[in-house]
Amino acid sequence: MISMTDSQPSIVIVEDDKHIRRFLRASLEAEGFCVHEAETGRQGLIEAATRKPDLMILDLGLPDMDGNDVIRDLRNWCNVPVIVLSARNQEAEKVAALNGGADDYLTKPFGVPELLARLRAHLRRHQTASCAAGEAEFRLGDVVVNLVERQVSRHGEPIRLTPIEYRMLTTLIRNVGKVMTHRQLLVEVWGPSHVESSHYLRVHMTHLRQKLETDPTQPVYLVTETGVGYRLLR
Amino acid sequence: MTTSVPMNPRRFIATLAEPAAQPRGDAGWVGYVWALGGWAMVTIVETGFAPWLGLVGAVLAYLLMAALIAARFGPRPALLAAALSAGMLGYLLLLPASQETLPRGQIVAAAAGLLGTAAVVAYLITDLRLRALQAASREQRAQALYAMSRELSSALLPEQIADIATRQLDAVFQSRVALLLPDAAEQVDVLANAAPPAFVLRRELAQWVYDHQEAAGLGTSTLPSSTVRYLPLKAPMRTRGVLAIEPSDPAALQRPERQRLLDAFTAQIALALERVHYVFVAQEAEVSMASERLRNGILSAISHDLRTPLTALVGLSSALAEPQTLADDTRRELAGAVQEEALRMSALVINLLDMARLEVGRIRLNKQWQVPQESVGGALRASRLALLQHQIDTALDDDLPLVAFDAVLVERVLCNLLENASKYTPAGSTITVGAACTDRDLCFSVADNGPGLVPGSEEAIFEKFTRGQTESATPGVGLGLAICRAIVEAHGGRIWAENRPDGGACFCFTLPAEPPPQMEE
Repeated sequence: MISMTDSQPSIVIVEDDKHIRRFLRASLEAEGFCVHEAETGRQGLIEAATRKPDLMILDLGLPDMDGNDVIRDLRNWCNVPVIVLSARNQEAEKVAALNGGADDYLTKPFGVPELLARLRAHLRRHQTASCAAGEAEFRLGDVVVNLVERQVSRHGEPIRLTPIEYRMLTTLIRNVGKVMTHRQLLVEVWGPSHVESSHYLRVHMTHLRQKLETDPTQPVYLVTETGVGYRLLR
Repeated sequence: MTTSVPMNPRRFIATLAEPAAQPRGDAGWVGYVWALGGWAMVTIVETGFAPWLGLVGAVLAYLLMAALIAARFGPRPALLAAALSAGMLGYLLLLPASQETLPRGQIVAAAAGLLGTAAVVAYLITDLRLRALQAASREQRAQALYAMSRELSSALLPEQIADIATRQLDAVFQSRVALLLPDAAEQVDVLANAAPPAFVLRRELAQWVYDHQEAAGLGTSTLPSSTVRYLPLKAPMRTRGVLAIEPSDPAALQRPERQRLLDAFTAQIALALERVHYVFVAQEAEVSMASERLRNGILSAISHDLRTPLTALVGLSSALAEPQTLADDTRRELAGAVQEEALRMSALVINLLDMARLEVGRIRLNKQWQVPQESVGGALRASRLALLQHQIDTALDDDLPLVAFDAVLVERVLCNLLENASKYTPAGSTITVGAACTDRDLCFSVADNGPGLVPGSEEAIFEKFTRGQTESATPGVGLGLAICRAIVEAHGGRIWAENRPDGGACFCFTLPAEPPPQMEE
């Protein structure tokens, strides 16, 4: 199917199972997306090159290529957001894909509402050239983060964050809606030499939640993606 | 070798010939000196101081002396003493100055009688001493055999048997020993993790011994020039290996009683090897029976508990696929039911797969330093749909330290416990999640104020495929708690359930807490 208008976002689905492709196509087209299908990794790369899609959905269990190789290949010349589909209990697989350049993941079996929500978040991020980083202010419920003045407050009362905590928060704000792996966060906040010390992340995240969340033990914004990393929800 | 048959006379004469059969290891000449001395003393006493002893007294005195000499120094000095005594007796009696005049015949008879009696006494005493010696050495051998049997009976591995055999045989036979056992291809060799043999082994000879079940090497007809003897270890069911023994005194090993003792030892070793082999076989059988039972359990669970949602799915989807038009509402309802049933099946399959994976026994934990509150939060979020109709409280200690555990698996445990609590308590009940730390453990708890557990079932509910109430309508295959237990125990923790004093159930599990790493800012 050739996209008829430029305004219709196009999505490439790389998935070898026929029925999964079927329901994905049906739901995405019903939402106004233009869908292209590929059954194998190689075909997926060709579709990405020729169709120039706005997003790619990539299954990690492809018959011909390792999903990570597809991502690596793609990232050499293309910045399109990639959402990977992976099975349960394959945290290592998900983390490898995310560290390799994928933007998000969905665990099979998943429902269409979940998929659409993730999809829209990433399309929005990608399409607006200036993401949250261009905004002066970011809100997490009652908490206001003033990125220009580097101040955080709730109901006008300032909240003191350590430099590390502030750096963590702004990294997550820059990538709002997207999951960040432990490694990605550690590299951004502490630098490349600390990639193994994920407990640092957890402790500082706990402090951040205590300062910013209404119920730190059941966080609403600073959400844990167990085994993978963290995500800031809007 | 029996103890009741007396030594035959030929053997007695043989012991006279063999110096090695002397009861005492003393140099023989000491005995002769004493024999001479004894004879001299009796003669002096008899002629000088007690001539009133007479012939009878003299004969008995000499006899007593000869018997004592036999007891102390063996038969040959005794016979010397007897001969001298007989000679002296004859001489004295034939002296013209003798007190008693006796016919020559009587004197000769007396002397001969003395000699003969002394010989018989010497023979009996020697026999007695020899038997005592044999009994002592038999007891020693029996003790050695008993000591080794006792040690072997507690051996559980071939390596232990090899070690015991090496030590015992070295102590009893003064030999160096190596045990060669067959591998899967029936090739004998020294065990990989036993001490290397202290002497040169001819493996092809050992292999020949194993294959032909015959001894070879020193003292046999096959390659007798070798310094090592190779013996097959024959057990009742089959030959279990080869014993290679290098004695420090090859001649000593040739003696019949040493051979017999060595045979007894090798029989014990072979028996021990066979026992250990069958213990191993029994354990394997046990394991395969357990996995067979589990496989059957899984199959029956799959067929029973998945058939219901599958039936619903097939029915619902066939209704949706009908060409006749259904009202939109109906379509939506049916489609919703399809989704529900499919999710239910998905949960069941997930549980079964998890259990099967955990059961294989090779759970690889991805342990990292975790913040316990984060796991509670994650679990509450993951189970939020199941907990929609319940009130959730948290009771987490303020100062929980970092604890090392696998975040994904522990969150699974918490989710299972939360979903259980929601399934088995009425809507509107309160579920409280707690976390506390002692100096040794981190303890999580999920408590509710519902109906509680059936008393007495607190242990049984953690078994696979058991359910709180039999034949209940609540879906589930009964694996959730078994999975929790497998995960908790893989961490070295403990999980248990109890009824709360005010009603309701409480499920708790501990994870060992080690001191966390220092954190630099």
